[in-house]
Amino acid sequence: MSVKILAVDDSASMRQMVTFTLKGAGYDVEEAADGQQALDIAKGNKFNLVISDVNMPVMDGIALIKELRGLPDYKFIPILMLTTESTADKKQEGKSAGATGWIVKPFNPEQLLATIKKVVG
Amino acid sequence: MSIDISQFLDTFYEESFEGLDIMESELLNMDVGAADDEIINTIFRAAHSIKGGSGTFGLSAVADYTHIMETLLDEMRDGRRQVTQPAVEILLRSVDVLRGMLTALRESEELDSDSISASQKELNDLLNNNDAGSPATGSDVSSSNENSIIPTDDVTPDAWLIVFNPHRHMLKTGNDPVRMFRELATLGEISVESDTSLIPAFNDFEPEDSFISWKITLKGEITRQQIEEVFEWVEDDCDFVIQPIVSEQSAPASAEAVSAEPENTQEEKVETKATAAPKRAAGRKSGGESASIRVSIDKVDELINTVGELVITQSMLGQFGEEEEFTQSHIEKLRDGLAQLERNTRELQESVMRIRMLPISFTFQRFPRLVHDLSGKLGKKIELKMSGEGTELDKTVMEKIGDPLVHLVRNSIDHGIEMPAERLENGKSEMGVVHLNAYHQGGNIVIEITDDGAGLNKDRILAKAIKSGLVTEGDVLTDEQAHDLIFQPGFSTADEVSDISGRGVGMDVVRKNIRSLGGTVEVKSKAGEGSTFSIRLPLTLAILDGQLVSVGGETYIVPLVSIVESIQVKQDQVNLINGRGEVYKLRDEYIPVVRLYHMFGIEPVSETLDDGLLVVVEAEGQKIALFVDDLQGQQQVVIKSLETNFRKVEGLSGATILGDGTVALILDITGLVSLNRTSAAPDLTVITNGDVAA
Amino acid sequence: MSDMTQTIDTSDLMASGDGSHQYLTFMLAGEEYGVDILRVQEIKGWDSVTLIPNTPDYIRGVINLRGTIVPIIDMRTRFNLEQLEYGPTTVVIVLKVNNDDKSRTMGVVVDGVSDVYNMPEEDIKDSPDFGSAVDTDFVKGLATVNEKMVIVLDIDHMLSSNELTAVDSAAS
Repeated sequence: MSVKILAVDDSASMRQMVTFTLKGAGYDVEEAADGQQALDIAKGNKFNLVISDVNMPVMDGIALIKELRGLPDYKFIPILMLTTESTADKKQEGKSAGATGWIVKPFNPEQLLATIKKVVG
Repeated sequence: MSIDISQFLDTFYEESFEGLDIMESELLNMDVGAADDEIINTIFRAAHSIKGGSGTFGLSAVADYTHIMETLLDEMRDGRRQVTQPAVEILLRSVDVLRGMLTALRESEELDSDSISASQKELNDLLNNNDAGSPATGSDVSSSNENSIIPTDDVTPDAWLIVFNPHRHMLKTGNDPVRMFRELATLGEISVESDTSLIPAFNDFEPEDSFISWKITLKGEITRQQIEEVFEWVEDDCDFVIQPIVSEQSAPASAEAVSAEPENTQEEKVETKATAAPKRAAGRKSGGESASIRVSIDKVDELINTVGELVITQSMLGQFGEEEEFTQSHIEKLRDGLAQLERNTRELQESVMRIRMLPISFTFQRFPRLVHDLSGKLGKKIELKMSGEGTELDKTVMEKIGDPLVHLVRNSIDHGIEMPAERLENGKSEMGVVHLNAYHQGGNIVIEITDDGAGLNKDRILAKAIKSGLVTEGDVLTDEQAHDLIFQPGFSTADEVSDISGRGVGMDVVRKNIRSLGGTVEVKSKAGEGSTFSIRLPLTLAILDGQLVSVGGETYIVPLVSIVESIQVKQDQVNLINGRGEVYKLRDEYIPVVRLYHMFGIEPVSETLDDGLLVVVEAEGQKIALFVDDLQGQQQVVIKSLETNFRKVEGLSGATILGDGTVALILDITGLVSLNRTSAAPDLTVITNGDVAA
Repeated sequence: MSDMTQTIDTSDLMASGDGSHQYLTFMLAGEEYGVDILRVQEIKGWDSVTLIPNTPDYIRGVINLRGTIVPIIDMRTRFNLEQLEYGPTTVVIVLKVNNDDKSRTMGVVVDGVSDVYNMPEEDIKDSPDFGSAVDTDFVKGLATVNEKMVIVLDIDHMLSSNELTAVDSAAS
């Protein structure tokens, strides 16, 4: 019954931090290091929320969002992008691909939690 | 609740160093004329990651610095900036600076602000000079929504009216109006009125689309900005109007019932399926030894299996402890069990040793950059070839072999490879080749550094050696012996001391360092063709394959790797040279005979060479023949230090404990060779058959 | 081969508060010598030793002490006394020697072990130069126990590294 979140980022330290923060708040978290991995994991599970970096090898965040939106289970699931100032145009791209919203890096754990809470409760 | 994210810093540093290594190697590989998009993207991503991570973890100096690199790379991958050689050089330098910054931060040391600001200036100049007309950052987010934003009043009203009309597809972005209402509700007192007039007839109804619009009244001391924030994500996917409610009833402005589709301003960038960037598991490149090691899961699993088998063998053998008597079959089973124990122990030993082993690529990987920089600096054209990078060796040995290797490679580049013009004159190709190769041989790893340069000049070496008094005028030295002289202290034939490697402090230190690892280094060279330096290192510092020999009733161990051959003495091959002792003629060579009993002060079993054997050993190009009474078995021995409780003894590299519990001493062949040179010749009046050479 | 290994648990023998120290005494050519009990690791019987080349005579060689290589010093030779044949009653005292910021384990061959005595610091008097073969550098002092004279040794000085490397002029 707990909220399941999929965290996608090619940086291990970011994944660690996000997982640690979210698990500490009682969420179930799974990780993926690139878009393809994330897609594979997503297909096998039902996540309540997906957080994904944009720049990743193999399949980047934008492509991941498009793919997820094509899956029936993930049509309406909130998907948040992790963007940075210098790739703000990615926000638009992401939105067009179907992203729900974004979180701007760098963020601190408290900000992350506040945003997540707003979206999934 | 504040979360301490410093625990993830280690990981951040590790992955950042790896990222920097990737950046460096891709920059080096990049073909400036026809830069591969994928490569630029990979480099960009690495910089982007470091910037993102450093920001998150509060390393703002790093974030600011990396930002400029990232911007440059972003322009390059978008095609807005050309990839030029100077740009690549600048980026390479900035990789170095960044590496230095991260190292300093990790070690809690001071940052080198001079080099950082110098590099920053370089980057900024590059950034600003080559402005291809477009602004550096694409921070201009198109905000072409048609929602009316009424300028804020001076007074914060105590109530707002929000008209919210999602576009049909808004739900498909995962945004939920109810969620937004909840958020608004946290700001103040909320009441919502829905307008369902636009919901089509059932047959035309699309359940996934949104047809409802809402009027929301929000009471409270709330700023417009707070409300706008709630709608931030859906700006383009809906129409909304935020209007303050002043005490007098003012008619809410009608929402622009525009069903205009939000502008999809971005053209869909065709996402090329990126091929995975090669995951170069780069190790720490700091000169110091690190106290941890990355081990592949396979090795650990192997270890667990082996231990499992050991446990089984142990319990099987344990049964025998319970027996009252021993029958023949018991004894046989015991023998089998012990054989199994021996196998298990050996496997366990090998498994554990392998855990400490890492591929030599970790050390090799610094060389492309080194060769690139050095050859550029010297104006030479050099291609670096590397092979056998997967050859594994002990982690500690690898960390210590780095500096000697660097010195040898620098030496090849500096003194070996000739200038392009000179090479052409001599009928060689302009491009010189330096080849790094590693492979296993016996219980050792061999590392070869080969260059196709000028080779060693025997005459110059001899001249220098005579001048330093190492060699007397008129001495005849073989090519190998002459070449080996370069490892003597203070030896350098560079006419001017080049700051790179000519100071003459190099080669002897290299040899000393390699020796301290239990290894050897030799050189083979042909004038005009090139040289090959060969380093031989034990795979692990503590274990040795040895040949047991007996001398005067004592047992000694001769390292197998240094044994050339063992021979029965033929008296007619023994010659006596005045002042130099005995030599044995083996085929074409005269090899000094070392009577170990004399050197070690032991009572010999026999002084007649015929009664014993000669074990011909070799170290650093020199051969000597050890006179022993007998050969015993060969076995692997664990090296125990003499120095722990005693001291270093010349001619011995340590001791070991044999199966029967007694101590056997391990011979240090290199040490014996030196001892032999300096020690007095034994009293050899006993020898009658030898010719006395002039 | 009787291995009379006896490990002394020195914690039982901690000095009582009156500044006295406990010393293990051993016999050597009729004289009684004492060493600080806290330095004594164990007492063994004599076992065969592996010769080390080019070392002073009094360094007999090394033994395997549970996996560690430990040098064995013959005290009679060290003090230039007449050497004896080793036999079943020969005793090796394994000592922990501290010098050069290092702690080493070494064994000394003696005629036999005597006893353990409490010896307060004040009882150890400076030794006069009584012309014995014993170099007074090694001697911490003299004490009288039960009307017998005990020569109290300073192990750390006696077995320091320069001592070990010094080649006895009489040898080789």
